[in-house]
Amino acid sequence: MKPRRNPSLIAGGAIVALIAAVAIFGPALNRTDPLAIDLGLSLAGPSPAHPLGCDSLGRDILARILAGARVSLGVAIVVVAVSMAIGAFVGGAAALAGGRVDGLVMRAVDIVLAFPGILLAIALAAILGPGLADLVVALGAIGWTGYARLVRGEVLSLREREYVEAARALGARPARLLWRHLLPGVAGPLAVQATFGVGGLIIAEAALSFLGLGVPPPAASWGNMLDSGRAFILIAPHLTTAPGVAIGLSVLGFNLLGDGLAQRFGRGR
Amino acid sequence: MRYFARRLMALVPVALGVVTLTFALIHLVPGDPVVAMLGDYAAPADVQALRHELGLDQPLWRQYVLFLYGLAHGDLGESISQRASVARLIRERYPATVELALAGLAAAILIAFPLGLIAGADPGGPGDLGAMGFAILGISVPHLYLGPLLMIVFSLDLGWLPLTGRGGFAHLILPAFTLGAALAAILARMLRQSLVEVIGADYMRTARAKGLGPVRALFRHGLRNALTPVVTLLGLEAGALLTGSIVTEIIFSWPGLGRLMIAAINNRDYPLVQGCVLVFALSYVVVNLLTDLLYSAIDPRVRLAR
Repeated sequence: MKPRRNPSLIAGGAIVALIAAVAIFGPALNRTDPLAIDLGLSLAGPSPAHPLGCDSLGRDILARILAGARVSLGVAIVVVAVSMAIGAFVGGAAALAGGRVDGLVMRAVDIVLAFPGILLAIALAAILGPGLADLVVALGAIGWTGYARLVRGEVLSLREREYVEAARALGARPARLLWRHLLPGVAGPLAVQATFGVGGLIIAEAALSFLGLGVPPPAASWGNMLDSGRAFILIAPHLTTAPGVAIGLSVLGFNLLGDGLAQRFGRGR
Repeated sequence: MRYFARRLMALVPVALGVVTLTFALIHLVPGDPVVAMLGDYAAPADVQALRHELGLDQPLWRQYVLFLYGLAHGDLGESISQRASVARLIRERYPATVELALAGLAAAILIAFPLGLIAGADPGGPGDLGAMGFAILGISVPHLYLGPLLMIVFSLDLGWLPLTGRGGFAHLILPAFTLGAALAAILARMLRQSLVEVIGADYMRTARAKGLGPVRALFRHGLRNALTPVVTLLGLEAGALLTGSIVTEIIFSWPGLGRLMIAAINNRDYPLVQGCVLVFALSYVVVNLLTDLLYSAIDPRVRLAR
C-alpha cells in the first residue's frame, strides 16, 4: 500500500518536537535568571541582551517563556497522563464488570460531564487555592471522564472479538485481559484523544493562571505572563505577544499532530 | 411527544447530580472556607461566629437538606462580601452573560458558514487551503490572547469600536468575536468535511446529471443534508460558550455572571461562588437538552433510536 501523504502529522510532529526541545534544553542554554528583577529595565523592548524585551519588573521575557514552557507543557502532560490512566482503568473496569457497576460508573461520568469542564476546574482551583499541585488535581479531576467513556466504548466492542474470547478461554483474569489484550487495541484512539487533550490543557492552564487561579507568581507560566502583561498592553504589547504566540504555536502543533494521528488511525474526534 | 417527555425526565437525575456535586465541592473539599475567609490569624470566636452564621456548624446532611430546601424556593443564601441575596445578584448579572453567549454563537455562525462553504466547494483548492488554514489558526489562538489583540487593532489603532464595558451593539462586537472564534473554526471544519461527503453522494450526482449547475445543486440538495452533523456539533459546543464567556467577560470588563464569580472567588465569598457555579452548570444542562430537542426536530430518526 502506498503511504498516504499526511502533512498534518509531519508539521504537527515537527512543531511539537521543537517545543519539547525548547522546554527541555531552553533553560540550560539561556542562562538568564527568569526571576531576576531589574526595575531599570522595566518594560524594555527587545535588545541583544534581552531578545524578547523585559516585563514590568524588568525580568527577561525570553527566560520566562522558556521557564514557562516547562510549567505549561509539564502541567498539560502530567494531567493528560494521570487522567488517561484513571480513565482507562475506570472505563475498562466498568466495561468488563458490566451490569450495575457499569451503570453506576457511567452515571457518575455523565454527571461530571454535565458540568462544563473549565467551570469545575475553576471551582476546584478556587477552593484548593493557587499552587502547581492543586492545579494538576483540579484539571485531572475533570479530565479522566472523557478517557473513561472512550475506553469503555472501545472495550465493549473489542471484548466480543475472537482473540479476546480465546484469551479468556485460556483462563486470563480480567486485569490481565484488560492490560494485555484490550488496552493495546484502544491505544490508537487514546493517543489521538491525548494529543488533542494536551492542546486543550495548555489553554486551560493558561485560562486558570490568567484568572489568578493557576500557577502563582513569581514563577512563570504562559498564562500568568499573559495576565500580568495585559495591564501594559497599550504601552508595551510585547509583554502579551510572547506568551500569546507561545500558547498559540503549541496548541497549533498539538492540534495538527492530533489531526495527523486521527488520519493515521482512521478515527478520532 | 413521548420523546420530549422522556428527555425531560432524564433531566431530573442529572440536575440533582449537578446540584449535589456543587454542594459537595464547597463542603467536602479539604480546606476550611471560614478560615480561608477570615485568614489564618482570626480569633477562634470569630471563626465560630461566622461558621454559625453560615450554618456550617450543622451536621452535613442537615446542611444539604437545607440547601435543597432553599434551592426549591429560589433561595441561594446570602452573599458575604456584598451583603445581598445571592439569587438577586445572579439575576442582575445573568442577562449580560446570556447576551454575550448568544452574540458569540451568532459571530461563530457568521464566520463559519462562508469559510466552510468556500472550503467544501473545492476540496484541495486554494480556497480550501486558505479557509482551513484560517480555521486551524482560530482553534489555536487562545481567546485570552485574541481578545487583547482585537482591542489593540479595532479600539486603539482604528478607533472603530469601544474598548470595554456593556452598552449598545458596538460594545458587543469585539467580545462576541473573541468568544466565537474557536467555535467558528470547529464549525467551519465540520461543515467542510460534511460538504465533501455530501458532494460525493449519489443523489448529488443525480442532481448534476439532470442538469443543475454545481452551485444550485449544492444549495438545493447538498446543504441541507450537510447541516445535520453541523447542528449537532453546534449544540455540543454551545454550552462551552457559557463558560468561555468567563474569560471573555474579564478581558472586556463585561458585567456578567463570570465576572461576578471570579470576584466572589477573590473575595472568598463561598455562598456566591456556589450560586454562580450552580447557575452556570444548570444552564449548560438546559442548553444540552435544547440541543437534543432541536436535533430531533431536524432529524426525526433520532426519536426512534433507543
